[in-house]
Amino acid sequence: MRELRVTPIKNGTVIDHIPAGMALKVLKILGITDESSDSTVSVAMRVTSKKSTLKDIVKVEDRELLEKEVDKIALVAPSATINIIQNFNVKQKYKVELPEVAKGILKCGNPNCITNLKEPVETEFTVVSKNPVRLRCVYCERELENIVDAIT
Amino acid sequence: MQFKGRDILSIKDFSKQETMHILKVAKKMVPAAKGKKRNESLRGKVLATIFFEPSTRTRLSFESAMSRLGGRAIGMADPEVSSLKKGETLADTIKMAESYADVTVLRHHHMGAARLAAKFSAKPIINGGDGAGQHPTQTMLDLFTIWTEKGKIEGQKVALVGDLKYGRTAHSLSYALSLFGAKLYFVAPPTLQMPKEVVDDAKVGRVRPKLTSDLKDVIGKVDVLYVTRIQKERFPDPQEYQRVAGLYEVDLGLLEEAKKDMIVMHPLPRVNEIHPSVDGTHHAKYFEQAFNGVPVRMALLALILGAVE
Repeated sequence: MRELRVTPIKNGTVIDHIPAGMALKVLKILGITDESSDSTVSVAMRVTSKKSTLKDIVKVEDRELLEKEVDKIALVAPSATINIIQNFNVKQKYKVELPEVAKGILKCGNPNCITNLKEPVETEFTVVSKNPVRLRCVYCERELENIVDAIT
Repeated sequence: MQFKGRDILSIKDFSKQETMHILKVAKKMVPAAKGKKRNESLRGKVLATIFFEPSTRTRLSFESAMSRLGGRAIGMADPEVSSLKKGETLADTIKMAESYADVTVLRHHHMGAARLAAKFSAKPIINGGDGAGQHPTQTMLDLFTIWTEKGKIEGQKVALVGDLKYGRTAHSLSYALSLFGAKLYFVAPPTLQMPKEVVDDAKVGRVRPKLTSDLKDVIGKVDVLYVTRIQKERFPDPQEYQRVAGLYEVDLGLLEEAKKDMIVMHPLPRVNEIHPSVDGTHHAKYFEQAFNGVPVRMALLALILGAVE
């Protein structure tokens, strides 16, 4: 029998199939590195998956993810799955999906873009390519060079 | 094709057919643009010109275009004393302009400003240049100049010369020319050569652009020489600037190697890129090009305000 490296959680969210090494970025997206966050979190990195590839897993107790958080995770971990756990059972399971337009979740990397001024508008990026992820700002039409750093 | 109520933000928002339609309408506007015919189709309409950056040609030609169609243009005297200095957002400035005018032309130093403005305005916004971004009406008047001078755009061999890295005019134009099936040559020193994403964009047509740093490579081949300004501030060393700028100067000697019917264009203002002795030759078309801003902008105003279809 395989030994479980991380014990099951009673209630919360399991983010599985994160590309190996990206778990810390997922934690950052979820704000778990902030002092204000009080969720219990377990992280497993470089775990062998059923497909014999390496993956990361993040388990967050007593918390369900917001739509924007899932959109952000899709940017850094397009292969991830989200499992919502209630009373030790998987209540819902789905794959993250890159939206056609990433709205309000990234900052444009172009300092001359109008969205970097104090205008009452959300940033918007069209997904030019899903694999690898390539995004283009709807406003300045520049391609975003560093997606991970641009996540707000 | 629907133009009424539409914004003019980026050349990429227009299909080849739509752009061609704009050029055809512009051609019909030429007599009125020259003041030889009266056109009152926009009588009672108001254009707001909101320019956060200085401009001579764009602003004057928009004001002229609106006047030639019987409309009026109102504008901000000086952005330095305007509400922006008082900390007003562009969104608020635009909402204000919307209540005073039927259409607004905006020039701003930040990229994407016009697209943002369009979100906040129910009335059409025309991008009059947004920093290093887009300047679609310039691209349209450039296409109009090539089309009227050469009879067609498809198949023309066009060399874009100068600062291709930072020049927004060259970026939008190369995309549009490629869409129309022109053959492109990008002539620039390696440090000022076209950015990769623009080269990629210029592959929308069937012909791949050719890159070179030597003007002499292409001068005998091309039908259109589109010259842009090499800005001094791009060079940390003034001597290096002098040397590079000298390599791309168009003068009578260079033109001896050109095709008889080759035309020279320039978005202006020029500094030293084209020697004044070229002005008197039949190659020089840059002043016609500057005039063409009027009929093209008349066509756009008339189309988006619904005076023509």
